[in-house]
Amino acid sequence: MDQPLQHSSAAHDFLRDPQRAAWHDQTLWMVRAKRDRMASRVPEWEQLREAASQIKEHTLSRLADYLEQFASKAEANGIHVHWAADGEEHNRIVHSILKRHGVRKMVKSKSMLTEECHLNPYLEQKGIEVIDTDLGERIVQLQQKPPSHIVMPAIHLKRAEVGEVFHEHLGTPAGLDDAQQLTEAARQHLRNHFLTADAALTGVNFAVAETGGFVVCTNEGNADMGAHLAPVHIACMGLEKIIPEQKHLGVFLRLLARSATGQPSTVFSSHFLKPRPGQEMHVVIVDNGRSRQLARPDYRKSLACIRCAACFNTCPVYRRSGGYSYSFFIAGPIGSILAPNVDKAAHSSLPFASTLCGSCTAVCPVKIDIHSQLLKWRQEITAAGHAPWWKKAAMLATAFAVRRPALFRLGGWFMRHASPVFNVFKLDPWTRTRDLPPAPAQTFRQWHNQRSNRDS
Amino acid sequence: MTLGLFIPCYIDQLYPQVGKATLALLEGLGHDVAVPERPACCGQPMSNSGYANLSAGCVGDFASEYARFDHIVSPSGSCVLHLKESLEALHSPVAHRVHELCEFLHDVAGIQSLPAHFPHKVGLHQSCHGLRGLGLGSCSECMTPAFSKPARLLQMVQGLEIVPLDRSDECCGFGGTFSVFEKDVSTSMGRDRIRDHMAHGAEVITSADMSCLMHLGGLLSREAPHIKVMHIAEILNASMAEFAVAEPLLSNG
Repeated sequence: MDQPLQHSSAAHDFLRDPQRAAWHDQTLWMVRAKRDRMASRVPEWEQLREAASQIKEHTLSRLADYLEQFASKAEANGIHVHWAADGEEHNRIVHSILKRHGVRKMVKSKSMLTEECHLNPYLEQKGIEVIDTDLGERIVQLQQKPPSHIVMPAIHLKRAEVGEVFHEHLGTPAGLDDAQQLTEAARQHLRNHFLTADAALTGVNFAVAETGGFVVCTNEGNADMGAHLAPVHIACMGLEKIIPEQKHLGVFLRLLARSATGQPSTVFSSHFLKPRPGQEMHVVIVDNGRSRQLARPDYRKSLACIRCAACFNTCPVYRRSGGYSYSFFIAGPIGSILAPNVDKAAHSSLPFASTLCGSCTAVCPVKIDIHSQLLKWRQEITAAGHAPWWKKAAMLATAFAVRRPALFRLGGWFMRHASPVFNVFKLDPWTRTRDLPPAPAQTFRQWHNQRSNRDS
Repeated sequence: MTLGLFIPCYIDQLYPQVGKATLALLEGLGHDVAVPERPACCGQPMSNSGYANLSAGCVGDFASEYARFDHIVSPSGSCVLHLKESLEALHSPVAHRVHELCEFLHDVAGIQSLPAHFPHKVGLHQSCHGLRGLGLGSCSECMTPAFSKPARLLQMVQGLEIVPLDRSDECCGFGGTFSVFEKDVSTSMGRDRIRDHMAHGAEVITSADMSCLMHLGGLLSREAPHIKVMHIAEILNASMAEFAVAEPLLSNG
């Protein structure tokens, strides 16, 4: 079996090009700064976050009821509702719908769920062509790569690199580096696919239990182009996408785009309630481990995520290591608390890819305690034995010494006298880039004890 | 009021001057300060590395050794946060008596002025555990009124100028054992912080957390040795040595 991807070594590779890493950091920091500006213009921002958090907590506390309400309303509206226990069942359901309609080409707007279920390779194997229609997703799809960011899938690529991809796959002139011309090329290319697709698949941002309708948010209108042109519309959603009432959209839509990209609203927030005459509409509701996470009180709140990626943009580690340094299909802090639910061993390095600075928790529009959950996963991962033996040995030794003053003094004396040697050889991970401070002649406790003895 | 001072392991061993400055500040307020021998460490390194069970002994020692004090002060936001959270989880009454130094000076002692003098341009590194964990200030992510207890204390120091920063509260990349296990990201984050402080003319970088400064100072020592790191206690205590035994120069507010 392949060794699971270790975040630290992938980050090491990413940082081999410091200029590019700095560009990546600054690009995402700009998005964070835009988010700050937008959020600061909403006087009730913090109340909105609190409301969103409470609505989500309430919903998660009676998720089954709301899901059933949604399903029956949606069915009453003429939408076919399907339930998938896992990714494989999801793929089978989607394929069976497409097969029944003899679909040969499907356009798909952004859906991280279909990444999670590996839908594209599944359908391609069955002879169905899948065209991702979000511009960023199309770029990485042409590269045969996954998105590096859940909101901006190709944020790690520079314009000239997009030009190269388009030159190779879309036949644009070599060396094209003009945003206007590149976008126009993508527009023409995608328009052709929209017009000739037999089915459209979209994600779901919010499914409303009260109405049985759902909302899809995009900036490019690609979900609408697909769904409005194709005779079959399939919308796929994780079961946590549900909100109780239509009025709650007012809370989430105000938070989502501001948190995600610093826009007051997504350009398109499209409400789908029922199929148009002659169209067939399906909703596939997927569990795939979510109910397992729901049953874990420490991690339940992670299901409140609205996939805005504000935690990506603010995360100093993500910005300096890139989406591909994470072993899970959702990168960043939120991915690092979702991944161990799926596979603790394969993603054992992710909860440690954080300084626990807490910026993710503070920026989260639904107040998920991301950094606290990272710390909790660390405990479970080491308890399950997914940590090197020497790490445990070092921690056992430290824990033993710091409770025994004489041993601590001895260990401290040794460390202080050894530090100049470490500074010269620069072989350990600390002194490779950093000096240890010059060792003082006396520790604080030595000084303090001397002073106390003198005084008494 | 009885005061217990907790000097964390690495400050005891590597930065005794920080312990001395903290003690001088507290004694300057007229307190009798005791320094118990145990524990040497709050247990955070073990807990953050995924061995919270190994940190329990330290937390237990702390709870019993420091139970006798009205207030407990420590010049390390990160250690205080770990102690507070661990003690709260145990429903220990000690949890609410542990204070980071700035929090104690600002909230409990309520000082309004300081006799300190430090005529330098200072960059304030808002350590994450102090800022977002203990609430020593408002963080840039939250749309709440801006305030900073460490900055208010620094503003009481004569001649001191706080330099503005492009990223007011980004993490320095220390993160405990993160600094070793993720040394590349850690170093990159530290370098970016340093550049920000340098670009705004800081001569000294200060913080309520010496661990962040150990990381930043370790980088500075190789890359820009003319810039120093100093714990905030050292600055608040600057040039106070001669006043240490004088009449209350610190006014309780």
